[in-house]
Amino acid sequence: MTEASPIAASSPAAFDVQRVREDFPALHQDVHGKPLVYLDSAATSLKPQSVIDAVAEVYARDCANIHRAVHLLSQRATVRFEEAREKVRAFVNAAKKTEVVFTRGTTEAINLVAHSWGRAYLREGDEVLVTELEHHSNIVPWQILCQQAGATLVVVPMTDRGEILREAFEEQLTERTRLVAMAHVSNALGSVLPVAELIALAHERGAVVLLDGAQAMSHVDVDVQALDCDFYAFSGHKLYGPNGIGALYGKERLLEGMPPYQGGGDMIRSVTFEETIYNELPYKFEAGTPNIAGAIGLGAAIDYFSSFDAHVVHAHENAVLRYATDALESVPGVRLIGTAPGKVAALSFLMDAAHPHDIGTIVDSEGVAIRTGHHCAQPVMEHFGIAATARASLGMYNTTDDIDALVTALRKVQELFG
Amino acid sequence: MDLRDLYQEVILDHGKNPRNHRFPEPHNREGRGYNPLCGDKITLRLQLDGDTITDVGFIGQGCAISQASCSTMTEAIKGKKLPEVEELFSKFHTMLTSDDGSDDPDALGKLAVFAGVREFPMRVKCATLGWHTLNQALRSEGGEATTE
Repeated sequence: MTEASPIAASSPAAFDVQRVREDFPALHQDVHGKPLVYLDSAATSLKPQSVIDAVAEVYARDCANIHRAVHLLSQRATVRFEEAREKVRAFVNAAKKTEVVFTRGTTEAINLVAHSWGRAYLREGDEVLVTELEHHSNIVPWQILCQQAGATLVVVPMTDRGEILREAFEEQLTERTRLVAMAHVSNALGSVLPVAELIALAHERGAVVLLDGAQAMSHVDVDVQALDCDFYAFSGHKLYGPNGIGALYGKERLLEGMPPYQGGGDMIRSVTFEETIYNELPYKFEAGTPNIAGAIGLGAAIDYFSSFDAHVVHAHENAVLRYATDALESVPGVRLIGTAPGKVAALSFLMDAAHPHDIGTIVDSEGVAIRTGHHCAQPVMEHFGIAATARASLGMYNTTDDIDALVTALRKVQELFG
Repeated sequence: MDLRDLYQEVILDHGKNPRNHRFPEPHNREGRGYNPLCGDKITLRLQLDGDTITDVGFIGQGCAISQASCSTMTEAIKGKKLPEVEELFSKFHTMLTSDDGSDDPDALGKLAVFAGVREFPMRVKCATLGWHTLNQALRSEGGEATTE
């Protein structure tokens, strides 16, 4: 398992970004009369044509419910849905397909664990450990759970560069820590956490570990067996897949011992008014008709991403990130927020001249799409004593030209506000 | 879309140097405003004598639009009676949100510089934060106005 891909190992020249750009139709449009420069992939990545086609084909051809009817359409949809599960399994290197539960996304996957595992196993006096750089989705479910269980939410502080250090983590880990929930990659800052090391420490104390992989999947290697994490939550739409689909990986032993998250169809084997016998894994956790087209679209996204050497993609993104870091630092009055040495795909920054919201509007008028605000990570903003940042984030289709366009747009901000 | 329609000189000036950026003493009303989307914050205090706002000031942080709007608002409402203030807000709101804008831009005086915000729907909340905070200050003696 590598935390971040080796930068020097593969040549970025081997990656033809212009050809990649051809695969993403949304890139080829003008906004406000300017060619779109999309620098908001941490919010959602654009979708390649093959994903759009796969989703359309489900509705155009294999439009049926799964795991039910005997007719051919249902059979085709079921096969493709389960093929998508196998693709997810292979992509994160889970041992078994039954360890992959489809969810609406990362948030639902985390909530599933909080409700099901949490209510069954968390006791009064226990502690749940999170880090200071978490997204709200990896804070609030645990806060709610701790309130209900009489447990305590404990926070590992981050450094001023936006890192979570082993020492700080160890300091907060106690014999009362029952669960550790942390990001693999920070959404607001791009920091990559040393998760393999932290998981090993948590396991020594007997704690269960959930990783929030929303920002990680397309930017670093994810191998759940090598990491030895107990749960891994992620979303399809940040991996070039559709919205409304994601997955929870869970170790079989843990999933077996957990009660259902929701009651409904597909999660039961038999129902009488006296008793319900639950279905086997993973269906026990998939109540109701799932997002069939979304899952198949996610499978297509994994196919698309896997048609490249992931390390070459990571090296390309890292090269653009380094270029962007240098370029932004050369703009007078720009301050980077989050300068961890291990960092991928995102650059949060402030400008002396203007508030992030004004920056966002002005660069948008130049065709450049960035995110502004607190990025659903208010504790991170609090740490730096700020209300918001502007954030440029990268996907595999971004180039140094995109960064040049951003810098030109930032000079517009200075002209107007300077 | 022309950015200068949004960022008029008056707005840039008030954004950088907000007027009445202080708490008046005495005061008998306070409102707090917060835009959870971008983190803009305003605390507004005013002295209401009968139905006249005799003094008003605010401390806030946020984007140029939110701070400039609050700043120009304090200038516009100081010394005004409540019914006049209500009418002003109603006209201001109409200018920002209706399809054809204000039917009477002259009545808004300096506040008319915010007409361009109508072309930027994502920013209307920035321009109305100060006014919502004012409403909240007048209605109650606590709580927090939010744009959501």
